[in-house]
Amino acid sequence: MNLAVRDIRHSLGRFVLTTIGVGMLLMVVMGMGGIYRGLVDDALVVTRGVGADLWVVQRDTRGPFAEVSRLPRSLVDRVAAVPGVTDAREFVFHTIQREHRGKPLRMGVLGLGWPTDKGEGLPLVAGRPLAQNHFEVIADESLGLALGERLRLGKDTYTVVGLTRWLVASGGDGIACFTSRDAQAIQFDEPGESIRLERQARRARAGGIDFGRTQPGVLERASGPSGAVAALPGPAVSAVIARVLPGAKAGAAQRAMSGWGDVTAYTGAEQEELLLKGSVDRARRQILLFRVLLTIISAVIMALIIYTLTLDKLHPIALLKLIGAPNRTIVGLILQQSLIMGAIAYGVGFALGTRLFPLFPRRVLVTNDDLLRLAGIVLLISVVASLLGIWKAMRVAPNEAIG
Amino acid sequence: MGEHLALEVSGLTKVYGRGHTEVVAMRDASMRVRRGETVALLGPSGAGKSTFLLCVGLINPPTRGTVAIGGWPMQDGPRSLGDLRRFRREHIGLVFQKSNLIPFLNAVENVQVVGELVGRPPSVARRRAMELLHALGVGPRALNMPTQLSGGEQQRVTVARALANQPSLILADEPTAALDSKRGRQVMALFRDVAHEHGTGVIVVTHDHRALDVFDTVYEMEDGVLRLATRAVIDAAVGQVRAR
Ligand SMILES: Nc1ncnc2c1ncn2[C@@H]1O[C@H](COP(=O)(O)OP(=O)(O)O)[C@@H](O)[C@H]1O
Ligand SMILES: [Mg+2]
Repeated sequence: MNLAVRDIRHSLGRFVLTTIGVGMLLMVVMGMGGIYRGLVDDALVVTRGVGADLWVVQRDTRGPFAEVSRLPRSLVDRVAAVPGVTDAREFVFHTIQREHRGKPLRMGVLGLGWPTDKGEGLPLVAGRPLAQNHFEVIADESLGLALGERLRLGKDTYTVVGLTRWLVASGGDGIACFTSRDAQAIQFDEPGESIRLERQARRARAGGIDFGRTQPGVLERASGPSGAVAALPGPAVSAVIARVLPGAKAGAAQRAMSGWGDVTAYTGAEQEELLLKGSVDRARRQILLFRVLLTIISAVIMALIIYTLTLDKLHPIALLKLIGAPNRTIVGLILQQSLIMGAIAYGVGFALGTRLFPLFPRRVLVTNDDLLRLAGIVLLISVVASLLGIWKAMRVAPNEAIG
Repeated sequence: MGEHLALEVSGLTKVYGRGHTEVVAMRDASMRVRRGETVALLGPSGAGKSTFLLCVGLINPPTRGTVAIGGWPMQDGPRSLGDLRRFRREHIGLVFQKSNLIPFLNAVENVQVVGELVGRPPSVARRRAMELLHALGVGPRALNMPTQLSGGEQQRVTVARALANQPSLILADEPTAALDSKRGRQVMALFRDVAHEHGTGVIVVTHDHRALDVFDTVYEMEDGVLRLATRAVIDAAVGQVRAR
């Protein structure tokens, strides 16, 4: 006969209610862990999405996610010429907020390295990868775009050909993947009027100096496309990403570039490390601390619940001692109730969490490892929580059952 | 073992409190109970009867004196509380004035649990519990929770619990106070039958003088002093009842 189960059955309503309460608490603990994982995972989504072996950035900067890095576009060719590098391109990633169907649409624009990367590696849930090097986009579900939907950005219209799930930037905005060219076109899109005004201004400046007045060709050039003006810098890029030969070590190419005075190269792993240590580090630690606090609070609350459950049972416990029940029986009664409560609460937390977390605006990533770890923690909490009750029960004298 | 007494108590003294709150509840009490002997213990309230039972029942330690149950000395050597509790569950059946049932177990489970505590398989313990409940006339209420039972029914379940492990000593503190006289007498007679059949020593604290003829020996206690009741006391008590 299991005394713990009998007692629970006797005051079932109360036990169920308190257990659900503890379960909700555990759900929050679980959720905090999930938010933490989600944050870390989201932070790495972009770097994983582009799948680069090497990140080349402006010398002594920490790369495109941590701070501003400006590099000449021509660096792409220099990197591509390094032995072992198979493919180098500009890293294009930026966030835009436009109007779509009358509503603000905020998204991260990520450039894929067409034609080597058409987005096959992305977490597609519908549609297909890119099939042409212009005017197609793979959008994340969270952006609310449908397959086949047309999206006007700048001067061009793009068709949604694929949908991904949980491809979001570290700020939580959904990411849309374009070919690198399209992504840049979106980034550097300028209204025609502003280009006209800029050329007008250049022409006026050229006309203001002797050289411009005496050389009509200069005037001509100055009012043409900016790329044709030798004195103007080309558009800068924030980083160049490269892949190395399969089997080749990124380290070798990295060492080759370490001699270049204007850039710093990081391996993919180093870049992820920088991301986690940098931009998301505080958020990560913050959530971690909250999680620890919540775990402690859960333990305290459970201890108090088990303690009050025990207080209500002091008379029967004295009685059990009176009829000669060994301490083992009494400890078992309290400990088992604590474990049963912990186990059911864990189940409740899990069941609630798996239904609620997907409705959250940002990803709550509950991994099996974390679930297992939490189960261990709950087990520990249950045992620790019962100690206070057990201590109280041990001090009850059998003759308290009489009179 | 056959010659051993069910209970041998000598020089038992219990002092509660200390200094100016000191109460000598029991002074130098001695008693011998043979196997199969039934003993009634009379005395006014506050005389120390419960104190005597608690010391003999290994629940409260006496200040002085020795207790031997079934020939086993209880104060010999350092016996831990756990040992005493174990001895209690195996050899002593307790019944108190107010029924003391575990509220979250039903009637039969309340009896069954003591059988399981001494290591009987649940099915065996349950069968024995059912037999006892039937013998005590509460078989039909076996599955009721204590709160669903009347005072008398609760008390009979408590008696069944005390008998469940076939103890060598039964200690009952005013067990029939909550029962009508017919039921009260039945319980007393049951104690006697158990005593005679199994050689159990039985001590019953009672105010119920109507059932005194059931007992082999009558003790009385007053101001902490225990002694054999004189014929006159018993006759007076019984006569009192007859006169009513
Ligand atoms: N735990 C205790 N602490 C102090 N005094 C007690 C305690 N229990 C009983 N007493 C005192 O001991 C005396 C005997 O009590 P008790 O054995 O309960 O008598 P009875 O059962 O004969 O009515 C009383 O004076 C009572 O007040
Ligand atoms: Mg009393």
